[in-house]
Amino acid sequence: MANKFTGIGSESKQLATWYFTFAAILFGAQLLFGLVAAIQYVMPGFLFEVVDFNVARMIHINALVVWMVFAMFGSVYYLLPDETGIETIGIKIGKLLYWIFVAAIVVVVLVYLLVQVGPATETTIWFINEGREYIEAPRWADWGIVVVALGFVANLWLTGMKGNRSGIVTVLMADMIAFAGLYLAGMFFTDSIVMDQYWWWWVIHLWVEATWEVFVGAIAAYGLITMIGASRKVVEMWLWIEVAMLFGSGILGIGHHYFWIGTPEYWWEIGALFSALEPLPLVAMFIHVMYDWGKQQGKQNASGESVSVINNKPAFLWFWMNAFGNFLGAGIWGFFHTLPQVNLYTHGTQFTSAHGHLAFFGAYATILIGMMYIAVQGKNGIKILKHTKSSIWAVSMIVGGVMGMTIALTIAGYVQVLVSRAQMGATWAGYFDGQQGVWFAQAMDWRLLMGVITFLGFVFLVKDLLSTGKNPVHER
Amino acid sequence: MANKSVWSDNRFWQRSAAWVTGFAAVLLIWLTFDTMGQISMGTDADLQSGVTKRVPGPTVINYKISYEMSTKRGLEVPVIGEKEKFFGRDDYSEKEARALLHLGKLGSQAKNCMNCHTLLGNGAYYAPDLTKAWLDPAWQDGGTMQAMTGKSTKEEAMAEFLQHPSTYPTHSRMMPNLGITAEEAKGLVAFLKHMSSIDTNGFPRNFGRMQGAVNGK
Repeated sequence: MANKFTGIGSESKQLATWYFTFAAILFGAQLLFGLVAAIQYVMPGFLFEVVDFNVARMIHINALVVWMVFAMFGSVYYLLPDETGIETIGIKIGKLLYWIFVAAIVVVVLVYLLVQVGPATETTIWFINEGREYIEAPRWADWGIVVVALGFVANLWLTGMKGNRSGIVTVLMADMIAFAGLYLAGMFFTDSIVMDQYWWWWVIHLWVEATWEVFVGAIAAYGLITMIGASRKVVEMWLWIEVAMLFGSGILGIGHHYFWIGTPEYWWEIGALFSALEPLPLVAMFIHVMYDWGKQQGKQNASGESVSVINNKPAFLWFWMNAFGNFLGAGIWGFFHTLPQVNLYTHGTQFTSAHGHLAFFGAYATILIGMMYIAVQGKNGIKILKHTKSSIWAVSMIVGGVMGMTIALTIAGYVQVLVSRAQMGATWAGYFDGQQGVWFAQAMDWRLLMGVITFLGFVFLVKDLLSTGKNPVHER
Repeated sequence: MANKSVWSDNRFWQRSAAWVTGFAAVLLIWLTFDTMGQISMGTDADLQSGVTKRVPGPTVINYKISYEMSTKRGLEVPVIGEKEKFFGRDDYSEKEARALLHLGKLGSQAKNCMNCHTLLGNGAYYAPDLTKAWLDPAWQDGGTMQAMTGKSTKEEAMAEFLQHPSTYPTHSRMMPNLGITAEEAKGLVAFLKHMSSIDTNGFPRNFGRMQGAVNGK
């Protein structure tokens, strides 16, 4: 019952593969510039006044956000024909917008790299960079992104309204419109740093801790139906429960960003309560994947056939990594420092960085890589896609590398909390006392090593994604 | 239909999701209205009449700022004290001060400060937090950073450092030259001074362990 569309002949699925391809290129750029930044922690003179840390780090996090947005758009274009039973409406415009999007991103990155910073004028904000973490893209590109996102949302809505509107499609329609609309909150200039950060978090937090998480819930639901033939009714019921839990905790969980930016004290209680609830849906999502997998395999075994129910081994492994990684990276590592009593000392240390690495990876990178494997399967008309040596190396090295980086950064964060914060009170001198600690320095060495391992894993991943479709090992 | 429970009904959960989401969103919007009122920037009149605002007006640069333990709140708060010269003047008009702050805030974005430093604790972790940088002991009279630049006031020392950061290496990790002009540096220092006057609910804790500051003196 799975794979009713092989993907061959669907323009929507073809566009999806384009989106995935560019996403993978940006993923590579993210890792490369991450390595540059990691080297600079160990050797501060590296590329000094050539590609400084601020430039490397800006490309590192911007490439991260944009490759995920590309892969998210790709995932939606991929699943739409399966879910709605029709070809995506407006696909020609979708393809045009794709090229506009790609061209804009290339220009933005080249300007980041070659121009880097500008004079303190509005022109810089409009044409070089906006200087706001994660959404540094200059204002002209902001408007370009709005146009592309509106086109994408229109395609999704028109297709959803004409075709069979499944629960998954309904969730995506509601979620993607919020996702696109929230971007507008990050597109104005204000003299007040407090006002600036208040609205900046509407984009960042309400993306990654609300709308993106719901997106992941919808994709996981699609994946379970496609890969192990889980019951749509059960999966969609879980999806609605997850939406309620994710938005119920995540929307007001934004309070945990409002502890120290000049906003009133009542955000302590609101932020602490709701963000402490945020891990619950992530536990639920993990249980949900394990439950459906066990149930389907159990049914299969009871029928006397003890073969695996999974028709795409690498994709399912990445989806499983997502279910667990989301819980571990976003849930556990997030909860570590979400209470104001703790956050007073951890806010703005490598602790945040440790959480950021494992959460973005566990919650988003994993499932989007899984979707890339589903697209490879569909594009090549494969009935059962199996592991190859490269796919195993890729998952082991990437997961191992990111976990290693996370643990190293957590240790570095402890040093900062104890030395720079608790003991020295966050001054300039206190900051450098922490940075020069032996444990901090060693943690940064380990982080670099683990970053290199992650990058090597990425090379295996690309090799596998490009070659596994033609590998004779799969069942066709 | 006797066996059909509401707990396994998709429509029930769909509606629950819509209600929960709507309720949370309405609550966030309501709280946002309240917060907007509390974080709107104060005016010069507020400063002159001693009205405490979470985010004081730009003319706060005319005053001395300290960071003191409030026994009532149990945390450290910025205290705005007597007049203090800033680049030789303590009579910046509201318009002049706002223009400086505007320049400084634009500069903080144009120079991408946030991708090395943290501001109000947000940003990157490659360089010190700037929330209370204005109050950092290193920049005060007799402080190491002020002495290094050879300037006699902290605002001049900070502006000098910002214009030629790699001339004053403090550690093997250095700030790069970002082409900051003298005027931009002045704006950036005004931005930093203003930021230090924001009530951040006691973040960062124990900043610099400032000893002996009482009532802004």
